[in-house]
Amino acid sequence: MAINKDGNGYTFGFAIVLVIVVGTILTLLAKGLEPLQDRNEEVKKKLDILSAMMDVEALGIDRSNAEEEFDKYLNIKDALVLDANGNITDGIKDVNGSVIEGTAFNVDIRKEIKNKNREEKNRNYPLFIAKKDGKISYIIPIVGKGLWGPIWGNICIDDDMNTIKGASFGHKGETPGLGAEINKRFFINRWIGEKISDTNGVFLKFEVVKDGSGPFKESKVDGITGGTITSKGVEEMANRCLRVYVSYFNSMKKN
Amino acid sequence: MAELTGKTKEPKEPLFSKKNRKLVTEPLTDNNPVTIQVLGICSALAITVQVEQGVVMGLSVIFVLVLGNLIVSLLRKMIPSRIRIIVQLVVVASLVIVVNETLKAYMPDVSEKLSVFVGLIITNCIIMGRFEAFAMANKPWPSVMDGIGNGLGYAGLLIIVAFFRELFGSGTLYGYEIFGSAIPGEEWGLYTMGYTNNNLMILPPMALIIVGIIIWVQRSRNKALVEDH
Repeated sequence: MAINKDGNGYTFGFAIVLVIVVGTILTLLAKGLEPLQDRNEEVKKKLDILSAMMDVEALGIDRSNAEEEFDKYLNIKDALVLDANGNITDGIKDVNGSVIEGTAFNVDIRKEIKNKNREEKNRNYPLFIAKKDGKISYIIPIVGKGLWGPIWGNICIDDDMNTIKGASFGHKGETPGLGAEINKRFFINRWIGEKISDTNGVFLKFEVVKDGSGPFKESKVDGITGGTITSKGVEEMANRCLRVYVSYFNSMKKN
Repeated sequence: MAELTGKTKEPKEPLFSKKNRKLVTEPLTDNNPVTIQVLGICSALAITVQVEQGVVMGLSVIFVLVLGNLIVSLLRKMIPSRIRIIVQLVVVASLVIVVNETLKAYMPDVSEKLSVFVGLIITNCIIMGRFEAFAMANKPWPSVMDGIGNGLGYAGLLIIVAFFRELFGSGTLYGYEIFGSAIPGEEWGLYTMGYTNNNLMILPPMALIIVGIIIWVQRSRNKALVEDH
Protein backbone atom coordinates (compact mmCIF):
# COMPACT_ATOMS: atom_id res chain seq x y z
CA MET A 1 0.00 0.00 0.00
CA ALA A 2 1.59 3.16 -1.12
CA ILE A 3 0.70 6.47 0.46
CA ASN A 4 1.50 9.68 -1.34
CA LYS A 5 3.46 11.43 1.37
CA ASP A 6 3.49 14.71 -0.48
CA GLY A 7 -0.25 14.79 -0.91
CA ASN A 8 -2.39 17.28 0.91
CA GLY A 9 -4.40 14.56 2.60
CA TYR A 10 -1.37 12.92 4.17
CA THR A 11 0.10 16.26 5.22
CA PHE A 12 -3.11 17.39 6.87
CA GLY A 13 -3.67 13.99 8.43
CA PHE A 14 -0.17 13.93 9.86
CA ALA A 15 -0.51 17.45 11.25
CA ILE A 16 -3.87 16.67 12.87
CA VAL A 17 -2.65 13.42 14.44
CA LEU A 18 0.51 15.13 15.68
CA VAL A 19 -1.42 17.98 17.28
CA ILE A 20 -3.87 15.61 18.96
CA VAL A 21 -1.15 13.30 20.27
CA VAL A 22 1.09 16.11 21.54
CA GLY A 23 -1.86 18.06 22.90
CA THR A 24 -3.15 15.06 24.83
CA ILE A 25 0.25 14.23 26.29
CA LEU A 26 0.86 17.80 27.41
CA THR A 27 -2.63 18.24 28.86
CA LEU A 28 -2.49 14.99 30.82
CA LEU A 29 0.96 15.85 32.09
CA ALA A 30 0.03 19.39 33.10
CA LYS A 31 -3.18 18.32 34.83
CA GLY A 32 -1.54 15.37 36.53
CA LEU A 33 1.31 17.41 37.91
CA GLU A 34 -0.76 20.44 38.89
CA PRO A 35 -1.36 19.50 42.55
CA LEU A 36 2.35 18.93 43.08
CA GLN A 37 3.21 22.21 41.39
CA ASP A 38 0.67 24.16 43.42
CA ARG A 39 2.06 22.67 46.58
CA ASN A 40 5.57 23.69 45.56
CA GLU A 41 4.40 27.20 44.91
CA GLU A 42 2.84 27.49 48.35
CA VAL A 43 6.07 26.34 49.99
CA LYS A 44 7.98 28.76 47.81
CA LYS A 45 5.76 31.63 48.92
CA LYS A 46 6.47 30.80 52.55
CA LEU A 47 10.17 30.46 51.83
CA ASP A 48 10.16 33.86 50.11
CA ILE A 49 8.52 35.47 53.14
CA LEU A 50 11.06 33.85 55.42
CA SER A 51 13.97 34.91 53.30
CA ALA A 52 12.85 38.53 53.57
CA MET A 53 13.25 38.18 57.34
CA MET A 54 16.56 36.38 57.47
CA ASP A 55 19.36 34.89 55.45
CA VAL A 56 17.71 31.53 54.82
CA GLU A 57 20.73 30.14 52.99
CA ALA A 58 23.01 30.73 55.94
CA LEU A 59 20.46 29.21 58.32
CA GLY A 60 20.00 26.13 56.18
CA ILE A 61 16.32 26.72 55.49
CA ASP A 62 15.11 25.41 52.17
CA ARG A 63 11.95 23.97 50.69
CA SER A 64 12.16 20.87 52.87
CA ASN A 65 11.78 22.70 56.18
CA ALA A 66 10.32 26.04 55.06
CA GLU A 67 6.85 25.28 56.39
CA GLU A 68 7.99 24.32 59.91
CA GLU A 69 10.18 27.40 60.11
CA PHE A 70 7.37 29.56 58.77
CA ASP A 71 5.04 28.39 61.53
CA LYS A 72 7.69 29.21 64.13
CA TYR A 73 7.66 32.90 63.31
CA LEU A 74 4.37 33.63 61.62
CA ASN A 75 0.78 32.90 62.40
CA ILE A 76 -1.42 33.29 59.38
CA LYS A 77 -4.21 34.49 61.68
CA ASP A 78 -2.12 37.54 62.58
CA ALA A 79 -1.79 38.57 58.95
CA LEU A 80 -3.80 41.64 57.99
CA VAL A 81 -5.53 42.67 54.85
CA LEU A 82 -5.46 46.38 54.10
CA ASP A 83 -7.44 48.44 51.62
CA ALA A 84 -5.95 50.97 49.24
CA ASN A 85 -5.95 53.66 51.95
CA GLY A 86 -4.08 51.53 54.42
CA ASN A 87 -7.07 50.75 56.65
CA ILE A 88 -7.60 47.26 58.02
CA THR A 89 -10.51 45.55 56.29
CA ASP A 90 -12.78 42.86 57.73
CA GLY A 91 -11.58 40.31 55.21
CA ILE A 92 -10.66 39.63 51.66
CA LYS A 93 -12.83 41.30 49.07
CA ASP A 94 -13.69 39.91 45.67
CA VAL A 95 -13.76 42.04 42.54
CA ASN A 96 -17.13 43.53 43.47
CA GLY A 97 -16.11 44.48 46.95
CA SER A 98 -18.03 41.85 48.88
CA VAL A 99 -16.13 40.01 51.57
CA ILE A 100 -15.13 36.45 50.76
CA GLU A 101 -13.45 33.69 52.69
CA GLY A 102 -9.72 33.29 52.83
CA THR A 103 -6.67 34.62 54.60
CA ALA A 104 -4.05 37.14 53.64
CA PHE A 105 -1.96 34.22 52.47
CA ASN A 106 -4.49 33.42 49.74
CA VAL A 107 -4.26 36.89 48.23
CA ASP A 108 -2.46 36.85 44.92
CA ILE A 109 -1.23 40.41 44.86
CA ARG A 110 -0.40 40.20 41.16
CA LYS A 111 -4.02 39.43 40.32
CA GLU A 112 -5.18 42.24 42.59
CA ILE A 113 -3.28 44.79 40.58
CA LYS A 114 -3.63 43.28 37.12
CA ASN A 115 -7.35 42.56 37.17
CA LYS A 116 -8.96 45.41 35.27
CA ASN A 117 -12.41 44.61 36.71
CA ARG A 118 -11.19 45.26 40.21
CA GLU A 119 -11.50 48.85 41.31
CA GLU A 120 -8.66 50.26 43.33
CA LYS A 121 -10.80 50.50 46.46
CA ASN A 122 -11.50 46.80 46.28
CA ARG A 123 -7.87 45.73 46.15
CA ASN A 124 -6.52 43.63 48.98
CA TYR A 125 -3.09 44.40 50.34
CA PRO A 126 -1.79 41.62 52.57
CA LEU A 127 0.53 42.40 55.47
CA PHE A 128 2.26 39.58 57.28
CA ILE A 129 3.31 40.05 60.86
CA ALA A 130 6.16 37.96 62.20
CA LYS A 131 7.59 37.60 65.66
CA LYS A 132 11.24 36.74 65.96
CA ASP A 133 13.23 36.86 69.20
CA GLY A 134 10.40 38.86 70.82
CA LYS A 135 10.53 41.53 68.12
CA ILE A 136 7.80 42.20 65.63
CA SER A 137 8.53 42.70 61.98
CA TYR A 138 6.18 43.38 59.09
CA ILE A 139 6.47 41.67 55.75
CA ILE A 140 5.03 43.27 52.66
CA PRO A 141 4.72 41.37 49.38
CA ILE A 142 5.39 43.42 46.25
CA VAL A 143 5.05 42.68 42.55
CA GLY A 144 6.10 44.40 39.36
CA LYS A 145 7.67 43.74 36.03
CA GLY A 146 11.25 43.51 34.90
CA LEU A 147 12.71 43.39 31.42
CA TRP A 148 11.31 40.05 30.23
CA GLY A 149 8.56 39.21 32.64
CA PRO A 150 7.20 39.44 36.15
CA ILE A 151 9.36 40.16 39.16
CA TRP A 152 8.25 40.03 42.77
CA GLY A 153 9.56 40.33 46.27
CA ASN A 154 8.92 40.69 49.96
CA ILE A 155 10.09 43.63 52.03
CA CYS A 156 10.58 43.13 55.75
CA ILE A 157 10.05 46.25 57.88
CA ASP A 158 11.51 46.51 61.39
CA ASP A 159 9.36 47.10 64.47
CA ASP A 160 9.91 50.86 64.12
CA MET A 161 7.56 50.53 61.13
CA ASN A 162 10.01 52.41 59.02
CA THR A 163 13.38 50.76 58.47
CA ILE A 164 13.84 48.00 55.93
CA LYS A 165 15.24 45.05 57.80
CA GLY A 166 15.46 42.61 54.96
CA ALA A 167 14.12 41.75 51.55
CA SER A 168 13.84 38.97 49.04
CA PHE A 169 13.36 39.34 45.34
CA GLY A 170 12.40 36.86 42.67
CA HIS A 171 11.92 36.88 38.93
CA LYS A 172 10.48 34.67 36.23
CA GLY A 173 13.03 35.06 33.51
CA GLU A 174 15.36 38.01 33.80
CA THR A 175 18.68 37.88 31.95
CA PRO A 176 20.98 35.44 33.72
CA GLY A 177 23.98 37.11 35.27
CA LEU A 178 22.49 40.59 34.84
CA GLY A 179 18.88 41.31 35.81
CA ALA A 180 18.56 37.87 37.36
CA GLU A 181 21.02 38.95 40.05
CA ILE A 182 18.26 40.81 41.91
CA ASN A 183 17.68 37.71 44.03
CA LYS A 184 21.30 37.63 45.20
CA ARG A 185 22.43 38.69 48.66
CA PHE A 186 24.60 41.56 47.45
CA PHE A 187 21.63 43.31 45.87
CA ILE A 188 19.31 42.65 48.80
CA ASN A 189 21.88 44.08 51.22
CA ARG A 190 21.73 47.38 49.37
CA TRP A 191 18.10 47.78 50.50
CA ILE A 192 18.67 47.02 54.15
CA GLY A 193 18.62 50.07 56.42
CA GLU A 194 16.70 52.26 53.98
CA LYS A 195 13.71 54.14 55.41
CA ILE A 196 10.26 54.05 53.85
CA SER A 197 8.99 57.30 55.39
CA ASP A 198 10.44 60.50 56.83
CA THR A 199 9.82 61.81 60.37
CA ASN A 200 6.46 63.28 59.33
CA GLY A 201 5.31 59.95 57.97
CA VAL A 202 5.56 60.98 54.34
CA PHE A 203 6.45 58.13 52.01
CA LEU A 204 9.99 58.35 50.68
CA LYS A 205 10.39 57.31 47.06
CA PHE A 206 13.22 54.96 46.29
CA GLU A 207 15.58 55.60 43.46
CA VAL A 208 17.83 53.03 41.88
CA VAL A 209 21.01 54.81 40.87
CA LYS A 210 23.98 54.07 38.64
CA ASP A 211 26.57 56.36 40.21
CA GLY A 212 27.37 54.19 43.22
CA SER A 213 25.93 56.68 45.71
CA GLY A 214 23.53 54.08 47.10
CA PRO A 215 25.36 53.30 50.34
CA PHE A 216 25.80 56.97 51.24
CA LYS A 217 22.49 58.60 50.36
CA GLU A 218 19.11 57.93 51.83
CA SER A 219 16.42 56.39 49.62
CA LYS A 220 19.03 55.64 46.98
CA VAL A 221 19.94 52.09 46.09
CA ASP A 222 22.66 51.00 43.67
CA GLY A 223 21.35 49.18 40.62
CA ILE A 224 22.98 46.22 38.90
CA THR A 225 25.43 46.86 36.07
CA GLY A 226 23.89 45.62 32.83
CA GLY A 227 20.58 45.03 34.56
CA THR A 228 19.23 48.56 34.46
CA ILE A 229 15.68 47.79 33.40
CA THR A 230 15.27 45.03 35.97
CA SER A 231 16.73 47.26 38.69
CA LYS A 232 14.34 50.01 37.68
CA GLY A 233 11.54 47.45 37.82
CA VAL A 234 12.41 46.71 41.44
CA GLU A 235 12.39 50.44 42.18
CA GLU A 236 9.00 50.83 40.52
CA MET A 237 7.40 47.92 42.38
CA ALA A 238 8.80 49.01 45.72
CA ASN A 239 7.50 52.56 45.25
CA ARG A 240 4.08 51.50 44.03
CA CYS A 241 3.42 48.77 46.57
CA LEU A 242 4.95 50.20 49.75
CA ARG A 243 3.06 53.49 49.62
CA VAL A 244 -0.21 51.95 50.83
CA TYR A 245 1.45 50.47 53.88
CA VAL A 246 2.97 53.77 54.97
CA SER A 247 -0.50 55.15 55.71
CA TYR A 248 -1.24 52.07 57.79
CA PHE A 249 2.01 52.44 59.71
CA ASN A 250 1.26 56.14 60.30
CA SER A 251 -2.10 55.38 61.82
CA MET A 252 -0.52 52.66 63.98
CA LYS A 253 2.20 55.02 65.20
CA LYS A 254 -0.38 57.61 66.29
CA ASN A 255 -2.18 55.13 68.51
CA MET B 1 27.11 15.42 6.04
CA ALA B 2 26.44 14.28 2.49
CA GLU B 3 28.26 10.98 2.87
CA LEU B 4 25.94 9.98 5.68
CA THR B 5 22.67 10.51 3.89
CA GLY B 6 22.98 7.50 1.57
CA LYS B 7 20.02 5.16 1.82
CA THR B 8 21.75 2.05 0.44
CA LYS B 9 21.66 -1.08 2.53
CA GLU B 10 24.72 -0.78 4.70
CA PRO B 11 26.23 -3.73 6.52
CA LYS B 12 25.52 -3.63 10.23
CA GLU B 13 28.15 -1.47 11.85
CA PRO B 14 29.25 -1.58 15.48
CA LEU B 15 27.69 0.95 17.85
CA PHE B 16 30.93 2.79 18.40
CA SER B 17 32.36 2.50 14.92
CA LYS B 18 34.86 5.08 13.77
CA LYS B 19 32.14 6.93 11.90
CA ASN B 20 29.92 7.09 14.96
CA ARG B 21 32.75 8.20 17.23
CA LYS B 22 33.54 10.94 14.76
CA LEU B 23 29.97 12.22 15.12
CA VAL B 24 30.76 12.98 18.72
CA THR B 25 34.32 14.26 18.41
CA GLU B 26 34.01 16.41 15.30
CA PRO B 27 31.58 18.98 16.71
CA LEU B 28 33.99 19.50 19.59
CA THR B 29 36.65 20.90 17.29
CA ASP B 30 36.53 21.11 13.52
CA ASN B 31 32.77 21.11 13.14
CA ASN B 32 31.82 23.10 16.23
CA PRO B 33 28.17 24.16 16.07
CA VAL B 34 28.95 27.69 17.19
CA THR B 35 32.29 28.59 15.67
CA ILE B 36 32.03 26.64 12.40
CA GLN B 37 28.34 26.10 11.74
CA VAL B 38 27.66 29.50 13.36
CA LEU B 39 24.48 28.27 15.04
CA GLY B 40 23.22 29.20 18.48
CA ILE B 41 25.07 32.51 18.59
CA CYS B 42 22.06 34.29 20.08
CA SER B 43 22.00 32.20 23.24
CA ALA B 44 25.79 32.27 23.43
CA LEU B 45 25.52 36.05 23.82
CA ALA B 46 22.74 35.97 26.34
CA ILE B 47 23.90 33.51 28.92
CA THR B 48 27.67 33.57 29.01
CA VAL B 49 27.99 36.19 31.73
CA GLN B 50 28.65 33.48 34.31
CA VAL B 51 30.17 30.02 33.98
CA GLU B 52 27.38 28.43 36.00
CA GLN B 53 24.75 29.51 33.50
CA GLY B 54 26.86 28.21 30.66
CA VAL B 55 26.98 24.81 32.34
CA VAL B 56 23.23 24.72 33.03
CA MET B 57 22.37 25.79 29.49
CA GLY B 58 24.87 23.34 28.04
CA LEU B 59 23.38 20.42 29.94
CA SER B 60 19.82 21.39 29.00
CA VAL B 61 20.69 21.65 25.33
CA ILE B 62 22.50 18.30 25.34
CA PHE B 63 19.43 16.69 26.89
CA VAL B 64 16.90 18.20 24.52
CA LEU B 65 19.11 17.76 21.46
CA VAL B 66 19.74 14.06 22.10
CA LEU B 67 16.08 13.24 22.77
CA GLY B 68 14.84 15.47 19.96
CA ASN B 69 17.29 14.01 17.46
CA LEU B 70 16.14 10.55 18.47
CA ILE B 71 12.44 11.35 18.06
CA VAL B 72 12.86 13.18 14.76
CA SER B 73 15.04 10.37 13.46
CA LEU B 74 12.44 7.75 14.41
CA LEU B 75 9.72 9.78 12.68
CA ARG B 76 11.86 10.80 9.71
CA LYS B 77 10.16 8.52 7.22
CA MET B 78 6.69 9.62 8.29
CA ILE B 79 7.14 13.37 8.41
CA PRO B 80 5.67 15.07 5.32
CA SER B 81 8.45 17.16 3.84
CA ARG B 82 6.33 20.25 3.37
CA ILE B 83 5.61 20.70 7.04
CA ARG B 84 8.80 19.19 8.43
CA ILE B 85 10.04 22.41 10.03
CA ILE B 86 6.78 22.82 11.92
CA VAL B 87 6.90 19.20 13.02
CA GLN B 88 10.46 19.69 14.26
CA LEU B 89 9.39 22.79 16.13
CA VAL B 90 6.54 20.90 17.76
CA VAL B 91 8.99 18.20 18.86
CA VAL B 92 11.39 20.68 20.50
CA ALA B 93 8.66 22.76 22.09
CA SER B 94 6.77 19.84 23.59
CA LEU B 95 9.95 18.16 24.74
CA VAL B 96 11.03 21.29 26.56
CA ILE B 97 7.59 21.74 28.11
CA VAL B 98 7.48 18.11 29.28
CA VAL B 99 10.89 18.51 30.91
CA ASN B 100 9.96 21.83 32.49
CA GLU B 101 6.61 20.66 33.87
CA THR B 102 8.17 17.54 35.34
CA LEU B 103 10.96 19.52 36.96
CA LYS B 104 8.47 22.03 38.33
CA ALA B 105 6.62 19.23 40.10
CA TYR B 106 9.52 17.11 41.32
CA MET B 107 12.58 19.36 41.35
CA PRO B 108 11.28 22.92 41.80
CA ASP B 109 14.71 24.34 42.61
CA VAL B 110 16.21 23.13 39.35
CA SER B 111 13.15 24.36 37.51
CA GLU B 112 13.60 27.85 38.90
CA LYS B 113 17.20 27.86 37.76
CA LEU B 114 16.18 26.76 34.29
CA SER B 115 13.16 29.05 33.94
CA VAL B 116 14.79 31.52 31.60
CA PHE B 117 16.54 28.85 29.57
CA VAL B 118 13.32 27.13 28.54
CA GLY B 119 12.54 29.81 25.99
CA LEU B 120 16.16 29.97 24.92
CA ILE B 121 16.30 26.22 24.27
CA ILE B 122 13.22 26.27 22.04
CA THR B 123 14.63 29.09 19.96
CA ASN B 124 18.14 27.66 19.85
CA CYS B 125 19.02 27.27 16.19
CA ILE B 126 21.40 24.39 16.92
CA ILE B 127 18.48 22.17 17.77
CA MET B 128 16.45 22.94 14.68
CA GLY B 129 19.64 22.93 12.64
CA ARG B 130 20.63 19.42 13.70
CA PHE B 131 17.09 18.08 13.29
CA GLU B 132 16.96 19.39 9.76
CA ALA B 133 20.53 18.66 8.70
CA PHE B 134 21.09 15.34 10.43
CA ALA B 135 18.24 13.61 12.19
CA MET B 136 15.88 13.88 9.20
CA ALA B 137 18.31 11.84 7.11
CA ASN B 138 19.95 9.43 9.53
CA LYS B 139 19.17 6.43 11.67
CA PRO B 140 18.35 6.88 15.35
CA TRP B 141 21.68 5.79 16.82
CA PRO B 142 23.92 8.09 14.73
CA SER B 143 21.41 10.87 15.46
CA VAL B 144 21.84 10.34 19.18
CA MET B 145 25.62 10.46 18.78
CA ASP B 146 25.28 13.62 16.70
CA GLY B 147 23.15 15.14 19.44
CA ILE B 148 25.72 14.35 22.11
CA GLY B 149 28.54 15.73 19.99
CA ASN B 150 26.88 18.98 19.03
CA GLY B 151 25.51 19.50 22.51
CA LEU B 152 28.96 19.05 24.01
CA GLY B 153 30.53 21.31 21.39
CA TYR B 154 28.01 24.00 22.22
CA ALA B 155 28.40 23.58 25.98
CA GLY B 156 32.20 23.70 25.67
CA LEU B 157 32.14 26.94 23.77
CA LEU B 158 29.68 28.53 26.19
CA ILE B 159 31.97 27.64 29.08
CA ILE B 160 35.06 29.07 27.35
CA VAL B 161 33.30 32.35 26.55
CA ALA B 162 31.73 32.51 30.03
CA PHE B 163 35.14 31.88 31.62
CA PHE B 164 36.58 35.08 30.16
CA ARG B 165 33.43 37.13 30.67
CA GLU B 166 32.94 36.15 34.28
CA LEU B 167 36.62 36.40 35.23
CA PHE B 168 37.20 39.85 33.75
CA GLY B 169 33.65 41.18 34.07
CA SER B 170 32.88 40.18 37.65
CA GLY B 171 36.22 38.94 39.00
CA THR B 172 34.66 35.60 39.91
CA LEU B 173 34.55 32.07 38.51
CA TYR B 174 31.51 29.88 39.11
CA GLY B 175 30.57 32.45 41.76
CA TYR B 176 33.86 32.20 43.68
CA GLU B 177 35.81 35.40 44.10
CA ILE B 178 39.09 35.10 42.22
CA PHE B 179 40.36 38.66 42.15
CA GLY B 180 38.97 39.63 45.54
CA SER B 181 35.92 41.62 46.42
CA ALA B 182 34.88 45.05 45.15
CA ILE B 183 32.14 45.73 47.70
CA PRO B 184 32.76 49.26 49.02
CA GLY B 185 34.32 49.12 52.46
CA GLU B 186 35.14 45.43 52.22
CA GLU B 187 37.60 45.43 49.36
CA TRP B 188 40.32 42.86 49.29
CA GLY B 189 42.63 41.30 46.74
CA LEU B 190 43.40 43.11 43.50
CA TYR B 191 40.69 45.70 44.10
CA THR B 192 42.69 47.32 46.90
CA MET B 193 45.34 48.14 44.30
CA GLY B 194 42.89 50.01 42.12
CA TYR B 195 41.87 47.18 39.80
CA THR B 196 38.31 47.45 38.51
CA ASN B 197 36.11 45.01 36.63
CA ASN B 198 35.66 45.59 32.94
CA ASN B 199 31.97 46.35 32.57
CA LEU B 200 32.10 45.91 28.82
CA MET B 201 32.72 42.22 29.48
CA ILE B 202 29.25 41.89 31.01
CA LEU B 203 27.49 43.40 28.01
CA PRO B 204 26.51 41.24 25.01
CA PRO B 205 28.91 42.80 22.45
CA MET B 206 31.86 41.36 24.33
CA ALA B 207 30.51 37.83 23.83
CA LEU B 208 30.51 38.44 20.08
CA ILE B 209 34.07 39.71 20.24
CA ILE B 210 35.23 36.68 22.22
CA VAL B 211 33.44 34.27 19.88
CA GLY B 212 35.06 36.16 17.00
CA ILE B 213 38.52 35.77 18.53
CA ILE B 214 37.93 32.04 19.07
CA ILE B 215 36.85 31.65 15.43
CA TRP B 216 39.96 33.57 14.34
CA VAL B 217 42.32 31.46 16.43
CA GLN B 218 40.66 28.24 15.31
CA ARG B 219 40.79 29.08 11.61
CA SER B 220 44.36 30.33 11.69
CA ARG B 221 45.43 27.04 13.30
CA ASN B 222 43.51 24.93 10.82
CA LYS B 223 43.60 26.44 7.34
CA ALA B 224 41.22 23.79 6.02
CA LEU B 225 38.39 25.53 7.83
CA VAL B 226 38.84 28.78 5.93
CA GLU B 227 36.30 29.15 3.15
CA ASP B 228 37.54 30.49 -0.19
CA HIS B 229 35.65 33.41 -1.55
